[in-house]
Amino acid sequence: MLYRESGQYKTTYIADQAIFPIREDRIGMAIIGLIAIAIPFVASDFFLNAIMTPFLILALAAIGLNILTGYAGQLSLGTGAFMGVGAYSCYKLTTIFPDVNIIILVLISGLFSAGIGVIFGLPSLRIKGLYLAVTTLAAQFFLEWCFIRIPWLYNYNPSGAIEVPERRGFGDLILTGPSAAPMTQYFVVLGVVVVVTLAVKNIVRGRIGRQWMMIRDMDIAAELMGVRPLTAKLSAFAVSSYLCGVAGAMFIFFYLGAAEPSAFSITLSFQILFMVILGGLGSLVGSFFGAAFIWGLPIVLRAGLPAIGIDIGAETVFHIATMVVGALIIFFLIVEPHGLARLWSLGKEKLRVWPFPYG
Amino acid sequence: MRLKRLIAGTIMAGTLAGAALPAFADELFVPLFSYRTGPYAGSGIPIANGMHDYLAMLNERDGGINGVKIRIEECETGYDTQKGVECYEQVKAGGALVISPYSTGITLQVIPKASVDKIPVLSMAYGLSAAAVGDTFPWVFNPPDTYWDGASAIISDIVRREGGAEALKGKKIGYIFLDAGYGREAIPLLEQMSSSMGFELLQYPVPGKEMQNQASQWLNIRRDKPDYMVMWGWGAMNPTAVKEATKIRYPMDKFYGVWWSGGNDDAAAGGEAAKGYRTLNFHGVGADYPVIADIKKHIVDAGKSQVDPAKFADNLYNRGVYNSMLIAEGIRRAQELTGKTVIDATDMRAGLENLDITEERLKEMGMEGFALPMKLSCSDHSGHHKVYVVEWDGKDWQKSGDWFSPDVEMVRPLLEKAAEEYVAANAPWPERTEPCLSK
Repeated sequence: MLYRESGQYKTTYIADQAIFPIREDRIGMAIIGLIAIAIPFVASDFFLNAIMTPFLILALAAIGLNILTGYAGQLSLGTGAFMGVGAYSCYKLTTIFPDVNIIILVLISGLFSAGIGVIFGLPSLRIKGLYLAVTTLAAQFFLEWCFIRIPWLYNYNPSGAIEVPERRGFGDLILTGPSAAPMTQYFVVLGVVVVVTLAVKNIVRGRIGRQWMMIRDMDIAAELMGVRPLTAKLSAFAVSSYLCGVAGAMFIFFYLGAAEPSAFSITLSFQILFMVILGGLGSLVGSFFGAAFIWGLPIVLRAGLPAIGIDIGAETVFHIATMVVGALIIFFLIVEPHGLARLWSLGKEKLRVWPFPYG
Repeated sequence: MRLKRLIAGTIMAGTLAGAALPAFADELFVPLFSYRTGPYAGSGIPIANGMHDYLAMLNERDGGINGVKIRIEECETGYDTQKGVECYEQVKAGGALVISPYSTGITLQVIPKASVDKIPVLSMAYGLSAAAVGDTFPWVFNPPDTYWDGASAIISDIVRREGGAEALKGKKIGYIFLDAGYGREAIPLLEQMSSSMGFELLQYPVPGKEMQNQASQWLNIRRDKPDYMVMWGWGAMNPTAVKEATKIRYPMDKFYGVWWSGGNDDAAAGGEAAKGYRTLNFHGVGADYPVIADIKKHIVDAGKSQVDPAKFADNLYNRGVYNSMLIAEGIRRAQELTGKTVIDATDMRAGLENLDITEERLKEMGMEGFALPMKLSCSDHSGHHKVYVVEWDGKDWQKSGDWFSPDVEMVRPLLEKAAEEYVAANAPWPERTEPCLSK
């Protein structure tokens, strides 16, 4: 009734190939967009700083991994390290060029991550599956080692951590550093994530994205049909690492404020892998669902359990949150192995025939 | 069915909104960042218990501080910086009086935020050493000693045993540390001392995720044969190192730990063989103090504590008590200075800065002999107080030797230089605008 596409005729190819061909989807996106813009004006600083901003950043990282694992079928466990490359290169860039707008540097630092990603993607031309996962694991450990052992990367800071300096842009607006307003940081992150997601959406549904999916579904057949595995696989690594790098740089500059190398440990890689698997492999909207689920649920549980009168120790809440998240991951994987994105599309199909389902 | 879900959803949303409400006005909100989970829980649990129990005891015995109850709330960080930032945001929204991060990594992260959000950070004998320079870091406090004081004190004790600084020339001192912000904090000072005193400094970093497997580090130590070993360990790293040291038969009386490597469980891992292992300390060990007896009476025996009775009043528990005592005294001092009973975080900062715990005050608190008098000032947020060495006798820690001062003349200029470097690296760093209340 509400969500019906009958009667919407497309008269041009452009209208038919739009990202959201159905009018109701466009209305839905507009509403989500309005909510995203309205949130900072109604939500508390805690909600913005501790939930929304990291959620958006991690969703971007999840999209990055989804390109590689969900679209191109190459399993990677090095996401955390690629995020680290982005963060450290952004830190180096902003200390070398303090006057350049930090957003530009964030976008550039993704390129360094992309370069490193391509180098570690080379083995994917020969090996597949779990064996490739092991080589990306090597990338994770090697890069983490670099973050600890190469003092040049953190400007010889005795504590071995990188600390985000204050940077201004767009006139005199404070963008990073401790005095930056949560709202500013949220809008910067939102802007970058939206623009990059749109760009990725267009890559994915174009020629390059189709090559990735062909490689994923059957690489020999793809090769016989004229897809070059070298360019397809390496471009997937490059785009994926670029997104992770940008996400990593934003993670430090717009969320954490300072980072030790342990911030980019294998734990982060797994966290993002869970987001991708739970959200749905090969789905951009799924990356957002997965990020919201994995990042948001523990916080909601931690804040929610004491609030509804269950007064237990902080560490018990922590244990419960861990157990609930773990149980839910297993539950979802059994009930819906294609992730939350599949549930979403099922819901949309149901909605199309509602309230008179046939059959 | 659908209605039921709707109702449940509304209730859930309502309670979530309720959770965000600010604190009640007539309370003193003291959040405690704790970690009772994860690889550092072994050190984190006794500290968290000690900190909680002292404040809870004040609530039970005295009805709070000057009649105002303390609201104690733990936030579990798991020693993870990400979670620490989340906790920080959470307690900031609740109107926290003071932040106790209990992790050098989290401390480094909240230092720049402290001056912006106007919440003092009390990193008791941990965190950034340079934060002792109060003119640069008005919102950060690290009494009673910085890590650099600790490192210099260990070297002083070695010098005393060797019978003079000259005897150290050509000696080898090994430094085994947790490879994180915490363990690296002491390196600049040790390097400085090594070049000025002529001993060789050998470094053995232990990565956080491999801290339970130190076989390779101790293999190197066996090969290098350092004359003394100094450890900056935490969590599961400590008992592992002590055990490995006994395994290679390293002379335990030449093995020093900083105060954080002095948990009872840490040394007990080596059992009888760990006899002689030495760590620094700045508060009393054991249960023989009136304050500990009060905690036992009002909290532990009343079943209001999470502490395992067998581990009550062990070394790290007492350190938690000491830390909470500093918080409580800071609040009391702030109440004195402002004349208000319900203070805010800005008052708390002034209270901590003007902290002056005298011998009489210690006696009043039942802490005579438990701690030494201490005093902070606007320019000195650490105080560089006296420490002493405790020795493991196979069962418990025993005081060995007298209280002595760290090498303040050497440490202080280095701290000031480090503070300048920090300011340069984090430009623009805000100038101190907070008035100095002490005379």
